[in-house]
Amino acid sequence: MSLLQSADALAALPEIVLALSAMALLMLGVFRKKGAADTVTSLSVLALLVAGLLVMVMNSGTTLQAAFAGAFLVDSFARVMKMLAIFGSAVAIVLSWQFMRRENLASFEYPVLILLATLGMMMMISANDLISLYMGLELQSLALYVVAAINRDNAKSSEAGLKYFVLGSLSSGMLLYGASLVYGFTGTTAFPLIKNVILSGGSSLGLIFGLVFVIAGLAFKVSAVPFHMWTPDVYEGAPTPVTAFFAAAPKLAAMALFTRVMVSAFPGITPQWQQILVFVAIASMALGAFAAIGQTNIKRLLAYSSIGHMGYALVGLAAGSVEGVRGVVIYMLIYVLTTLGVFACVLAMRRNGKYVENIADLAGLARTNRGLAFVFSMLMFSLAGIPVLAGFFAKLFVFLAAIKAGLLTLAIIGVIASVVSAFYYLRIVKIIYFDEPVAAFDAMDAEVKMVAYASGAFALLFAVFARPLTDLATVAALSLF
Amino acid sequence: MSWPILSLVTFLPLVGVAAILFARGDDAAADNYARWTALWTTLATFILSLFVLFGFQSGLSGFQFTETHDWVPGLFGYRMGVDGISMPFVILTTFLMPLCILASWYVTKRVKEYMIAFLVLETLMIGVFCALDLVLFYLFFEAGLIPMFLIIGVWGGPRRVYASFKFFLYTLLGSVLMLLAVIAMYWHTGTTDIEKLLALNPGFPAGMQIWLWLAFFASFAVKMPMWPVHTWLPDAHVEAPTAGSVILAAILLKMGGYGFLRFSLPMFPDASLYFQPLVYVLSLIAIVYTSLVALMQEDMKKLIAYSSVAHMGFVTMGIFSMTRQGVDGAVFQMVSHGLVSGALFLCVGVIYDRMHTREIAAYGGLVNRMPLYAAVFMLFTMANVGLPGTSGFVGEFLTILGAYQSSSWVAFFAATGVILSAGYALWLYRRVVYGVLDKPALAHIPDMTPRELMTLGPLLLLTLYYGVHPTPILDVVGPSVENLLKSVQAAAAASQQAAAVLIK
Repeated sequence: MSLLQSADALAALPEIVLALSAMALLMLGVFRKKGAADTVTSLSVLALLVAGLLVMVMNSGTTLQAAFAGAFLVDSFARVMKMLAIFGSAVAIVLSWQFMRRENLASFEYPVLILLATLGMMMMISANDLISLYMGLELQSLALYVVAAINRDNAKSSEAGLKYFVLGSLSSGMLLYGASLVYGFTGTTAFPLIKNVILSGGSSLGLIFGLVFVIAGLAFKVSAVPFHMWTPDVYEGAPTPVTAFFAAAPKLAAMALFTRVMVSAFPGITPQWQQILVFVAIASMALGAFAAIGQTNIKRLLAYSSIGHMGYALVGLAAGSVEGVRGVVIYMLIYVLTTLGVFACVLAMRRNGKYVENIADLAGLARTNRGLAFVFSMLMFSLAGIPVLAGFFAKLFVFLAAIKAGLLTLAIIGVIASVVSAFYYLRIVKIIYFDEPVAAFDAMDAEVKMVAYASGAFALLFAVFARPLTDLATVAALSLF
Repeated sequence: MSWPILSLVTFLPLVGVAAILFARGDDAAADNYARWTALWTTLATFILSLFVLFGFQSGLSGFQFTETHDWVPGLFGYRMGVDGISMPFVILTTFLMPLCILASWYVTKRVKEYMIAFLVLETLMIGVFCALDLVLFYLFFEAGLIPMFLIIGVWGGPRRVYASFKFFLYTLLGSVLMLLAVIAMYWHTGTTDIEKLLALNPGFPAGMQIWLWLAFFASFAVKMPMWPVHTWLPDAHVEAPTAGSVILAAILLKMGGYGFLRFSLPMFPDASLYFQPLVYVLSLIAIVYTSLVALMQEDMKKLIAYSSVAHMGFVTMGIFSMTRQGVDGAVFQMVSHGLVSGALFLCVGVIYDRMHTREIAAYGGLVNRMPLYAAVFMLFTMANVGLPGTSGFVGEFLTILGAYQSSSWVAFFAATGVILSAGYALWLYRRVVYGVLDKPALAHIPDMTPRELMTLGPLLLLTLYYGVHPTPILDVVGPSVENLLKSVQAAAAASQQAAAVLIK
């Protein structure tokens, strides 16, 4: 251990474990060739669980630990977000198992790529320096580009991958340009030092110019308007379990990164980035609400819905306060856990062995499969933010922050957008409950059923367990300030 | 307080839901099991709620049976309790639910889900009246939309999809603004405890009150519903199944009035005074205009729906008269309207079940074949008109009395509404019940069955009982109302003083 300080290695142990297992599994896949997919898939879930466990137990006593000369930070915020990201990735792998087999897509590369993407996410979440930020972001993005096009014989999937790649590299370029401007005007890449420079009067037009580019790059990663164009096509084109993966963990990691950059590097110029975020949040909420109305494909609808949800999460970030970050953490937690359930429901839409994606295919589900219909509807009500369900609390916490920060207009537009978006969530419930049934779906796979039901139970019972989760989010938020 | 009686009453229906859920099978036996389980659950809830009724000390103005538990510390808590204003509504809800289950005994479509939806709705409705925390209140208040949306949409009439969406989105739009006001109140005071907010001294600054009042008004005015945001109600009523209409008219509409009494008046007294003329105007338009609209209806349910809007006009007028008589009368009118309009929808349900049409023109001369029905329907029609001796009279009289104290013109126009209501209600009665029975379809229509009599009987007795002896309700309501009006009167006195200073 001459290269690394042992303390550094210890702080990044989960990441190191994940990196090593990804490489080992790649080897295993290459040398075993035939029939390796199943083994690699199950082992990669195991690797994620181990990494998650390590995140949970490592350094849980200390509140903050910086490693690699401060470029890599393990605080409560990082721990919570990492656990969620790992959980999201693991569930996405589990959900894809049967799908990949049925569609003849089973390959050992897929779980390995997801492991690498997850590694990138963990790096992003812990990044405390513009350079480690970019490293994590690119590791994640490169893996995601390939995963989006994993069904390479399908034109739509290839289109999705290509589109994502071209637009993604454009946004990475913008981010990099912004980062270089920030470095040029502050003379440092470390977040705490940038913060100090700005607070001691080092704010300048050039720095804000750079910040705008950084925000543009990050907004692309969370698919916020006006950098959302790739989302519907990628969601629709990528195989469903891949979409499930895209919708959950990477969004969470990007939002965590966004939050950390804004709150820990640029608190000195909060009013400047606040107005950008207010605009982005309003545009995302509005587009998410209106553009989803006309959709007939469930995945496309969920793409617009996720754009809207990122808008709500940004409402919390726009507040720029402890309450705001708490709102973001709670929002993303609820968003990830319910989104995985929604996609599990979408994966259950299988008729005569073929996966279907049209909303009309759900007609009369309440009479052909009561359990799935109930779970699906509850998740829709949750996404719409109707009380008792988890989604309501998510919105409650971000609006709490927004009102405290005096962003009243933003909050009013937000709640009105939520009423508009309730329309299309209700439309799905209407199709499930009011319409005459068409043929029943095939029996659900056990793991898909389990994810869907667990997510439905979470959405329904969140109110009961609101306290520990809120406490967790509060601790996480406080660690950023 | 050893037993958390309010939580038990609130959540007991969910036990019934669990019992129905765990029953397997889709045959007639399973349906019957669901019906009986729902009936017994609602009856047990009603009996349990009687402990609240009899254990309630009517001389006190504060909250009773209070329960407090931590939920999310520092943000919101689980707090329950009732006072004289909310207690009658809790009992009204538990009392009407078994009747609703009985009234839907012959629903054959997806019986299990139907009963589950009603039981969940009961929990949420009781919760609204018991909640002593703003967030908890909002939770119950909004969550009720989900079961009601499904009830209208799944078991409703031909235009059920339109009606259910309109109902849901209209109400949601009103309520989300209230949520923002709730958050603003939390940041201003640091608590969502309703008891603490009521005792707040000094209250909210006058400028802030205006905005908070408007946000709450957006929600409650839609729920009430007040003119001009009442248009969802006729649609929802016409399409909803009978029991759904009963719940809608008897209880869901009362949440708006209850909200005004619990929040708008005591927490924003300055704003309430400021907006008093606005509410008066809207109430009078509701009373006169919707009565005229009711005259022209050809659908019985629609007619009763418009008459509900008119009657709710009396309630808002009474509440914002801010006099003891007016507010007492408003609460009484709400309870009485719960009994009477619920009964009227059940009456429509009786003949709808036989003829499958609600068109007034399809009926006539029913008295010849259905004398018992004619008598019952007559009584409730009279109660709807506000004939002395029925509970409808007491509420209307008191609200007009209250309004007269603040403005005789308001009372004058409201009184014309009484005449108009006699017009539409008696005309409806004449067209449906009297006349010659010459329609061939009606030639063999049977009179009311014992089950139908059993659902309408308790309502009939209570309507008459409270008509001649209103004191049980007024005694319970009185002290709380007096307490509530103190803050309003203090605000009024302060504003007069300020005006006097300005004149000097």
